[in-house]
This record gives sequence, C-alpha cells and structure tokens, in this order.
Amino acid sequence: MGVLTDVKEVLGARELLLNLTRRELRGKYKGTALGWGWSLVNPLASTLIFTAVFSVVLRVQPPIGVDGLNNYALFLLCGLLTWNFFSGALSSGMGVLTGNGNLIKKTYFPRRLLVVSNIMALFVTYLIEMLVLAVIFLVFRVNVLPWIPLVLVVMLLTAVLALGFSLILSVVNVYFRDVAHFVAIALQIWFYATPIIYPITMVEATRDSAGWAGRFHIADIYLANPMVGLIEAIRDMWYSGTMPDFRLLGYVAALSIVLLWFGNYVFGRLEVRLGEEL
Amino acid sequence: MSAAVEVNHLSKRFRIYHERNQSLKVALMRGRRAKFDEFWALKDVDFEVPTGKTFGLVGHNGSGKSTLLKTMARILVPDRGGVEVHGKVSALLELGAGFHPELSGRDNVYLNGSILGLSRKEIDRRFDDIVGFAGLDEFIDTPVKNYSSGMYVRLGFSVAINVDPEILLIDEVLAVGDEEFQRKCMDKFHEFKEDGRTIVVVSHAMGTMRTLCDQVAWLSHGELQRIGGPNDVVDGYVEDAQTSARAQDDEQAYSREVSIEKAEVFGPSGPASPATTGQAATIRLHYAAKSPVVDPVFKIGIHTVEGDYVTGPSSRVAGMDVDRTGTRGRVDIEVPRLDLLPGGYILSSAVYSADMKKAYHRPLPVRFDVAAGRSRETLGLMTLNGDWVHVTEGVAPPVLGR
Repeated sequence: MGVLTDVKEVLGARELLLNLTRRELRGKYKGTALGWGWSLVNPLASTLIFTAVFSVVLRVQPPIGVDGLNNYALFLLCGLLTWNFFSGALSSGMGVLTGNGNLIKKTYFPRRLLVVSNIMALFVTYLIEMLVLAVIFLVFRVNVLPWIPLVLVVMLLTAVLALGFSLILSVVNVYFRDVAHFVAIALQIWFYATPIIYPITMVEATRDSAGWAGRFHIADIYLANPMVGLIEAIRDMWYSGTMPDFRLLGYVAALSIVLLWFGNYVFGRLEVRLGEEL
Repeated sequence: MSAAVEVNHLSKRFRIYHERNQSLKVALMRGRRAKFDEFWALKDVDFEVPTGKTFGLVGHNGSGKSTLLKTMARILVPDRGGVEVHGKVSALLELGAGFHPELSGRDNVYLNGSILGLSRKEIDRRFDDIVGFAGLDEFIDTPVKNYSSGMYVRLGFSVAINVDPEILLIDEVLAVGDEEFQRKCMDKFHEFKEDGRTIVVVSHAMGTMRTLCDQVAWLSHGELQRIGGPNDVVDGYVEDAQTSARAQDDEQAYSREVSIEKAEVFGPSGPASPATTGQAATIRLHYAAKSPVVDPVFKIGIHTVEGDYVTGPSSRVAGMDVDRTGTRGRVDIEVPRLDLLPGGYILSSAVYSADMKKAYHRPLPVRFDVAAGRSRETLGLMTLNGDWVHVTEGVAPPVLGR
C-alpha cells in the first residue's frame, strides 16, 4: 500500500515501461506511408484551419509579443500543441485498459504501466512538436532557447496533470463504458474554456459587460482551469518573452500533484478486479 | 520439503451481471451499478504445491481450476485467504497474449519477454534460443499479423518457456502446434522437471496428467475434492465425470417401457468373480419391463477410464432378436475370451425401441476392473493373444565367437 510502493513498482518495471512505450510509438504509424510525418501533419492542418477561421474570418487579434511579434499561427501553436497532448492523453488514456483487456486477463504486470506508457508515448510526440515549434520561433528571429528548461518543467507538469486524469478515467471506464462519451463532450467544452484560439485578455474584457446575477463574472472562475495556467506560461515565455505567472503555476502544480495522488488511489482501489471485469 | 506455492484458505467470488450494461445512467437511477449475483468460483481451497514437483489440476469446466491458476499468477485477486508464491513465475495462460500485430516477431519477443519480467540483456542472451525453438528464423522480422496461428502460438510458447521461471503455470496449452512442436514442448517440460522446477498444469488430457504429474488436485464446483497421486485422483475424477455427466438427464428423459436395472461384468467363475484378461467373461444386463415389449434392442459401450471408446456392440448388430420381453429378464453377452488389458473400464448400456429411434432407458455407467491374467502385456487397450513364432529361412551363417 501507499504511493511509495506504487512508484517503486512502476520504476522497478521500467524495462517493460519502455517496451510498452516503444510499442505505442511504433504501432501508431505502422503501415502508413507518411509514418512519423503524421505527428507533424496533424498540428499543421489544425493550425491552417484555425488560422483561416479565427484570424482571417473572425479577425481575432493576437496580443503583441516579444519584439513586436504579431503572428496568430505562432500564438495558436503555443497553446494548441500542449492542448493536443493533454486531450490526446485523456482520450487515449481512457481506453488503455479496455483496449488491452487480453493482456490484463492473461498476464500479470503492474497495471499502472499501461497508463504511464501511454502518456510517455504521447509525450515523445509532444516533445518533438515543441522542438519543431522552437525552431519555427527561431526562424522568426525570436530567441526562445533560454526559456527551454522552464518550458520543459511546464510540459512535465502537463504530463503529471494528464497522468492524474488518465489513472482515474482509464479504470472508471472499465466499469462504466459511457464515461468515454462523456469525456469526449467535456473535452470539447474544455477546449473552448482554455485560451488556445483566443487570447486570455478577451476573457478579462468580459468584465466590462454585466456579470451573471449582477456580480458573478466568468473571468473569476476562469483561472481555476489548470490548463489556463499551463498554456499561458508557455505563451508568456515563448510568444511574449516574459516570465510566467508563478503563483498560477504553483496552483496548477499543487492541483496536479493532489490529482495524481487521488488518481493513484482510485486506480489502486479499482484495479483489483480488472482481471474479471474486462 | 518447502512449498513453491501455498494456497491458504483461498476463496474467490465473481459477480454475474444480469444485464451487462455498464451505463452511468442506469447506475445513477438505481443509485448503484447493475444488479449482480455472487458466485463463489473457489471455496476455501487450501493446499501446497511442493517445490520441484509437477502438480496437476483437474476438474470440469467451471470447477475453478483456471481461476485458481490465474490467482496464482496474480491476475485475479483473492476475496478471502491468499496465495503465496515463492519464486519467479511464468504463466502460460494464453500464448502470444500481448503480441502487437503490427510489430515484428523480434520486437514482440522483447515486448513479451519484458512482460514476463526479463531485462533487455537477458532477452538478448536468450534471443537465438527463443527463435530457434519456435523455428521462425526466417520470419522473425515479419510483423506477427502475417504469421499463421501456429507460428504465433509457437513464438508465444517459446518466449514463455525460455524465461527461466522457477514456477511455470500452464493452462491447457499442451496441445499446441504440430506433432513435432508438441514433442519439443514435452521434452522441454521434462527438462524443466529434471532441473527441479515447479510446474502447475491445468489440462483435460488425462493421459498427460498421469504421466507428467507427481501430484494432482481435483476441483469440483470450486472446492478441493481430492488431492494425491496422479493415478488415484485422475481415476476418481474420470469416473465421476462419466457418471455425473449423465446423472441429470436420467429420470425424466426415458420412458422406461424397458429399463436396465443392473449391468455387470464377471469372469468365468460366475457373478462377482473378477473379469480377467485372456479368460472367458460375461456382461449381463438385468432388465424389467412394465408390460412385455416387442423387439427391443440392447446395446452396450465400453470406455477406458480415460474416456477412450473401446467397443460398442448391440443385439441388433449381433443378430440376436429379443422378440418379446418378459416383465423381468436378462441379456448376457458371452465373451469367449476377454482381450481387454488389465485396468479400469466404464460400462454403459442402453435399451432402444425396435426402430432404434427411442431410448427406453440408459442407466448410469458402471465401472469394472479387468484383472491381469497370465498376459504380461501393458501397452495399448487389448491383447492380440497371439502366439509368437520364429521361422528361419535360408542357411543360417555360423555363429562366430562361440
């Protein structure tokens, strides 16, 4: 029992963890002509779509960034890549136990590895995408290199948050299969509740209009969404060239760790009957 | 002698859902998940598997033997009691479980090996053995989705067996692959035994259980029925299997215009004398009829206790017409010389209507033993009772060195 033994168990099986991660990565684009290229084509396609709709048609103005940078696509990518990683981790993490039913019913290994390896595989893709984005920033003559260590910390924090959610969702999905549909909708709402396609200043601006019931403003609860803190931090550093809001990041870190602990607890409680429920 | 596996008052409960809809809506409306019945798959099972022995588990489908094996493999978690396993375990519950179809055989060997607890270096060292044993050298870099099912299973088996476990758990996978591969597997098992490793095996192949196991446990409805030497336990189990298989449908299923009240086999000295190989024997069916029945057909069948069908004669085939029964009577099958080898056999019998379309009655099979006569043969089912003669032809060369 206890978190420490769980962590030890996962680390003790790191060989398997790496193999499972490799399996995810290799299996993902096997048999496609583009192969790994797909992991870059996808964000490229959504960047084109969002830029066309929100920048060209709806004329969302990105804030002025470092050295007068004014580029919607760069602004968007700072948030989109992190969001794609997070939402991808949740939606695939949810099916990681149901999808490996046979493995769980016929072999024993720490079940957490499936959840962790899924996140690790996605994180590798995320890392490559972010590297490519850093190169693009450099092409635009924005020196993002000094920020990279801190950006890595934020990325890891995102992974911790995603892991906490995945642990809960994966195991609950075994017992209630319609969680998957519910989460798909929640992720859509969540996408729009996070400053990805629009700048956070537009949310603050809603204070000018009347709030609900006279006093309550959407901006008040907006920051409770941990994805806001994470995405804003990356954007502050790379797009605006300023220090992130450490108070907000501190909140996200605390929330992520509590969620990870809770997720691990729920997983531990429900995993004992996985072999028979699947 | 220490125990490799200790099963301590183990109980395992399953939930049987009446409606398997895992929907949140239903759960919220009821305030809980779908209704389920509890079913105890294992009830207070308690025994030890001694280190270095081959231990068999027998039982009907649903008797809990696979559940027990899965609990030993830590796939299922006990509800009461526990299982303690002393040593590194490799479970062969399904061969190639965990293979990723898109990945090559090579990648899957590494993946599967690490699931079974091997490090990369250890797999490197064993890789050639694994591939060689499976006989897949040419195909090892082909994605396993292109493998035949035989190749798939062979590779899975080969990985699992080369893990070097101290305790090997095997569920019903002895019968995989072609004959040559099966022989290789058997050799490997014997090698395992000689190395002093512990094997726990679940199988329906009773012959294999007798020859392979040092000890056998018989599970029935989740309870430990008997444990002991393989021949005793397997005999008991097989006999029970043959009688209980027919026990349920008995009473109502037959119209009993004629019923067989007793079936017996005896030797030359009359009823109750033992049937003996090489001597005369009688198989006698005692019948009763409510009212006389015209032209019924009597039939018997003899199986070995392993379940092999030996013979199945009938009065119709033998050309004997019963014509008309009395209200009581008997049918004898006089065997001039019984050629069955010594051992346990199962006698089943039945009586049919003249057109053979209706079974009037089929009593529960009975067991009988054939005693050893003068024949010293032990192999196979029967003796040919032949006289061995040697005839030389041509001129025999002089024997040298005499």
